[in-house]
Amino acid sequence: MLSFHRNTYFHAMHQYSSLKSVQSEIKEGKIQLVELVEGYLQRIEEKKHLNAFVEVYADEAKLRAAEIQKKIINGNAGKLAGMILGIKDLICYKDHNISAGSKILENYNSIFSSTVVERILAEDAIIIGRQNCDEFAMGGSNENSYFGPVKNDADNTKVPGGSSGGSAVAVQADLCMASLGTDTGGSVRQPAAFCGVVGLKPTYGRVSRHGIIAYASSFDQVGPITKSVEDAALLLEVIAGHDDHDSTCSTAPVPAYSQQLSFTGKKRIAYLPETLNSDGLDPEIKAITENTIKRLIEEGHEVEPISFPYLDYVVPTYYILTMAESSSNLARYDGVHYGYRSQNAVDLESTYKKSRSEGFGDEVKRRILLGTFVLSAGHYDAFYGKAQKVRRLIREKTDEILENHDFILLPTTPGPAFGIGEKTDDPVVMYLADIFTVQASLAGIPAISLPVAISKSNLPLGIQFIGKRFGEAELLAFSKYVLNVTKKEVV
Amino acid sequence: MKTEQKTLSQEVFEKYELVVGLEIHAQLSTATKIFSSDSAAFGAAPNHHISLVSLGLPGSLPKLNKKVVTFAIKMGLATNCTINRVNRFDRKNYFYADLPKGYQITQDEMPICQRGYVAITLKDGSERKIRLNRIHMEEDAGKSIHDRDQRSSLIDLNRAGVPLIEIVSEPDIRSAEEAAAYLSEVRKLVRYLDICDGNMEEGSLRCDANISVRLKGDTEYGSRCEVKNLNSIRNLQRAVNYEFKRQVQLIEEGIKIEQNTLNFDAATGVTSVLRSKEMAYDYRYFPEPDLPPLTLSEELIQQIKDELPELPEQRVKRYRESFALSEYDAQLLTSDKAVSDYFQEVVNHTSNYKAAANFINGPVQSYLNENPAENIKMKLPAESVALIISLVDDGKINNTAVTQQLFPALVKNPGVDVLDMVQELNLLIDTDSDGLLKYIDQAVSMYPDKVTEYHKGKKGVLGLFMGEVMKLSKGKIDPKTANKLIVEKLDLLK
Repeated sequence: MLSFHRNTYFHAMHQYSSLKSVQSEIKEGKIQLVELVEGYLQRIEEKKHLNAFVEVYADEAKLRAAEIQKKIINGNAGKLAGMILGIKDLICYKDHNISAGSKILENYNSIFSSTVVERILAEDAIIIGRQNCDEFAMGGSNENSYFGPVKNDADNTKVPGGSSGGSAVAVQADLCMASLGTDTGGSVRQPAAFCGVVGLKPTYGRVSRHGIIAYASSFDQVGPITKSVEDAALLLEVIAGHDDHDSTCSTAPVPAYSQQLSFTGKKRIAYLPETLNSDGLDPEIKAITENTIKRLIEEGHEVEPISFPYLDYVVPTYYILTMAESSSNLARYDGVHYGYRSQNAVDLESTYKKSRSEGFGDEVKRRILLGTFVLSAGHYDAFYGKAQKVRRLIREKTDEILENHDFILLPTTPGPAFGIGEKTDDPVVMYLADIFTVQASLAGIPAISLPVAISKSNLPLGIQFIGKRFGEAELLAFSKYVLNVTKKEVV
Repeated sequence: MKTEQKTLSQEVFEKYELVVGLEIHAQLSTATKIFSSDSAAFGAAPNHHISLVSLGLPGSLPKLNKKVVTFAIKMGLATNCTINRVNRFDRKNYFYADLPKGYQITQDEMPICQRGYVAITLKDGSERKIRLNRIHMEEDAGKSIHDRDQRSSLIDLNRAGVPLIEIVSEPDIRSAEEAAAYLSEVRKLVRYLDICDGNMEEGSLRCDANISVRLKGDTEYGSRCEVKNLNSIRNLQRAVNYEFKRQVQLIEEGIKIEQNTLNFDAATGVTSVLRSKEMAYDYRYFPEPDLPPLTLSEELIQQIKDELPELPEQRVKRYRESFALSEYDAQLLTSDKAVSDYFQEVVNHTSNYKAAANFINGPVQSYLNENPAENIKMKLPAESVALIISLVDDGKINNTAVTQQLFPALVKNPGVDVLDMVQELNLLIDTDSDGLLKYIDQAVSMYPDKVTEYHKGKKGVLGLFMGEVMKLSKGKIDPKTANKLIVEKLDLLK
């Protein structure tokens, strides 16, 4: 799949397979970390047309590589030493610009680092740049970025998915080894599926949101996008855990996920017939889901259909709640204290109106308007209040299924990556594409998208497993096993 | 609202009943802000107590200051409220330049304290209970300064995120006097609890009044106006009285009261419309997703209850019972916490409680009335007061000298030893009775007519001789001995 040019990078590095081998090759003097970084930088340059990165930190990545190389040789390097990472343009990194894919924060520089950035840096990761995404994480195609759309490396006419589109493509196209994205309603899992990589959304509260630009606070979670389940486990192990800055972050101890990946035994797995019978499910995706079910049964697991009666409600419920929260979360971008201020403003009111009208893109405005509407005095009960109740039902039903089953299996997306511009005319069509990812988001439980197949038209296809609350260790171990038993196959 | 206040007859006004509810914001005296570790202190240079949370920077999250919860529970317990074991924060959304996040974190549906009451005593001695609807926690906004710059408003975010509790009464207040008594009782409570300095001028205690009128006997409330930002107890009374008259007058003219938000102009004593009902904000309250619901343990509430300081009501009772003070003395001593604490320290050093009460309620209170900002403890330690009381008790100095000379001199020269000052002012009573007899002789020879009057049975002239002796001795005599010797001298002359 990968075709590297013959250059120093090629000599220095074989195709990235595991961090462990990178670390031992550095230790043995077979490769230089700085050269590895240079290789990735060159690759980013070659793949510039993908528009995956908003900004590349070339010089500081090389400087850091030299330091970390020494640490690896001295044997005092952190867990992520040698890992070259990209971060979504929604994750604050001290003294670096962060824009959330928006004009309103075009030249905004963060004075602090998010907890996840501090934690990966403390374990000697190298951050090579910030990655393009939908504006304020609102979108499922990466077409809503102020910095332009991102292209899928499998087919440049297709979207990479979103909102963490740049992050998924960067891993897909070997522009970095792994990325940190954020997932509110599928923004890690869906682009991972479209780009043929692994994408994990942890349990709500597993990873600190401190320093993550908020879209919908009761949903947002940082998640790794990786080539392998092993890297996802390792990254989660580093970024997860209690953080005093985030009151919604759990104090539950963090298992050594990367050490608990061996899987044995038989599992009970539920699949939701409603998802397989849903309108507009791509036949190839239906087939790979059914094939996975078949393979798992052959392997001796119990896989049974369990009815999930709320499937029609997950998308409206998700959008009402996230739009409501985002209308409030985005109120701070008002042109007064920081960020874009309209040159045409003459007083306070016009500062608000013009800065926000000129600074936000259409999709963001649409969600702010709808969110404001569903929270307004005459409509609160009918929309926001009702959606809160439905969210509780969805959560309870999902928890109930997971009381009797270890995992829920369902497609990640209704179809493979669609064409750029194909769905931009109808936001509702775009929203409905989130149908399989928002259930885990509403329930606040972990879910992973696994690249199990390539479509006839050469597009990656994913399936999704939902795990129990804080059951990431089991979910990851099982995911690794599933990738082994399914192998990649053309449908 | 500017309306010409015609004089309606007293009888017309008496047909109506005033209905007032107060919303009091108390700024809590915690070291740090409600959702960050920024300093909550007053008076720093603009925008010096800020960080990412106060600024509402992208990616910042609130973190609840536990102390704020403790303070709110204290106030709830002191006002007989139910403490909600589970309560929650909400977002109140509105745009303003000094509100960096575009919303205020407050408590709407599930406040920390509900119901409860505050007992007030009126001038005629009658007592009333003003019920509370709720007490909730919230963050303060920053400050917009409009008068420093010609073209722009300036924003100071030091205050953004300073913790507040809002104490919301039921519409139980029926007169300006009750409103004032209630506000001053609340201020007294926050000071006793040491949760707010109660300073209305600096805005640490702010009051909004919901005012309506109705015909006496009506069961429905009239439509109310909310008067904002009343910055003193006096202005609250003025605004209440003004609104009562204005609203009665409008109703008498057949005009409906509009449910407006009003501003009170302290200079003119008049209210004006700030926002009409149509312009009222839709705050779009919803649960704050960045903070989980707050669950309070029984242990925490019990612990706060156990550590609650003695409240004014309890102090009055104790002063009456343990120190045998009158209700009047006890009330006066407890009206201000600092004064009451001072008294408390004095009685730790003397057992002459009545003398201590007289000293505090006399010279000390009048000094503090004139110098309200002074810390009396720093000027005159409690031990010194006890010493002065014992000097008087032992007949070494007299009370008049204390009030007129010693006390003023001591507070003017803090740190000077009491006995040194007594020496310097030469206040020690002359125990040398020869000296005293000399003054008496002098006084008697000055007023031969008065001596005759005395002999004719007019005992009142004794005071004149006493005063004269006092003057001649410069107050350095023991009044009891002097009185005895004057009588002896006069009897001798008979």
